[in-house]
Amino acid sequence: MHELPITESILKIVLKHAEGNDVQKVIAVHLQVGKLSDLEDDWIQRYFDYLSKGTVAEGAKLKIERMPAVMRCNACSASYETDIIGMADSVCPACGEKGGTIVSGREYTIKEMEVM
Amino acid sequence: MEEVRLIEVKEEILSDNIKQAGEVRDRLRKTKTMLLNLMSSPGSGKTSLILRTIEGLGGDLRLGVIEADIESTVDAEKVAARGIRAIQLRTGGFCHLDAGMVTRGIDAMDVSEFDLVIIENVGNLVCPAEFDTGAHKNVMILSVPEGDDKPLKYPLMFSVCDLLLVNKTDYLSLSDFDMAALRKRVLALNPRIMILEVSCKTGAGIESWIGWLKAEVTAFKGAI
Repeated sequence: MHELPITESILKIVLKHAEGNDVQKVIAVHLQVGKLSDLEDDWIQRYFDYLSKGTVAEGAKLKIERMPAVMRCNACSASYETDIIGMADSVCPACGEKGGTIVSGREYTIKEMEVM
Repeated sequence: MEEVRLIEVKEEILSDNIKQAGEVRDRLRKTKTMLLNLMSSPGSGKTSLILRTIEGLGGDLRLGVIEADIESTVDAEKVAARGIRAIQLRTGGFCHLDAGMVTRGIDAMDVSEFDLVIIENVGNLVCPAEFDTGAHKNVMILSVPEGDDKPLKYPLMFSVCDLLLVNKTDYLSLSDFDMAALRKRVLALNPRIMILEVSCKTGAGIESWIGWLKAEVTAFKGAI
């Protein structure tokens, strides 16, 4: 739902790195986004296309890698992958304990970019 | 043709917001003002809770309110009518508040005059959970008519809060809301969360909420 401010931040960081690396054109940006985020990939790309017009990042493709939602069991410390829907009913596959602590799935990172 | 190169970035997309949120927290620690971020769906009772809080505190704490709404000043007017300093932030279509917007809110009030500032976030169980506002405590409301299955749909919100207020308990007898199932689901996501049952309509449970609030402000000031 909040793709616009997220996309503005992405572009700002991309342009900062482009400037510091004598980049003529950004071809692609690789992002890592946690599965717990509700971002829509299509919308991020659409906003990016609009916001990046006239910059070296115009036309760049956003490649989004979805990072799994992982919980750590509070009883036995085993880590297991889960899903956003039903997370609250999740059960540790190792010991059967319900729930746990979310250890990943909230990532919002720019990993790298392909440039010319 | 020029070759394609790979540049390593490894940067947090939300790094600006994370930094600004830290600055808000530090700034308010200096004036000993606790900032509380109140989140919920639209219509679950955020404004009603704030009005009950004004009444329940009865002047024991110096309270300020930052209201966020997409496009209206209705809530701020209700709060200001009770003699409480209220700042209205119009988010202009944004679905959440971020630390930058909160900074503008606290810039508009003299925060040193307050022991506690409550931010009424935009009504939404999704986006506000992802943006650190700079608050010291996060509180959410879930109202009985919304159903006990909400932790299944919005796990992030339940996992980032320090306190859950289950509001509109006066509806319990009319609904099939399962309080035990709700507690189990919420605690599975967030074992350190505190859960209180209230009714802003009848006033039931409000005393416990006021007690929690006073204890948290005392602990906050004591830790500085």
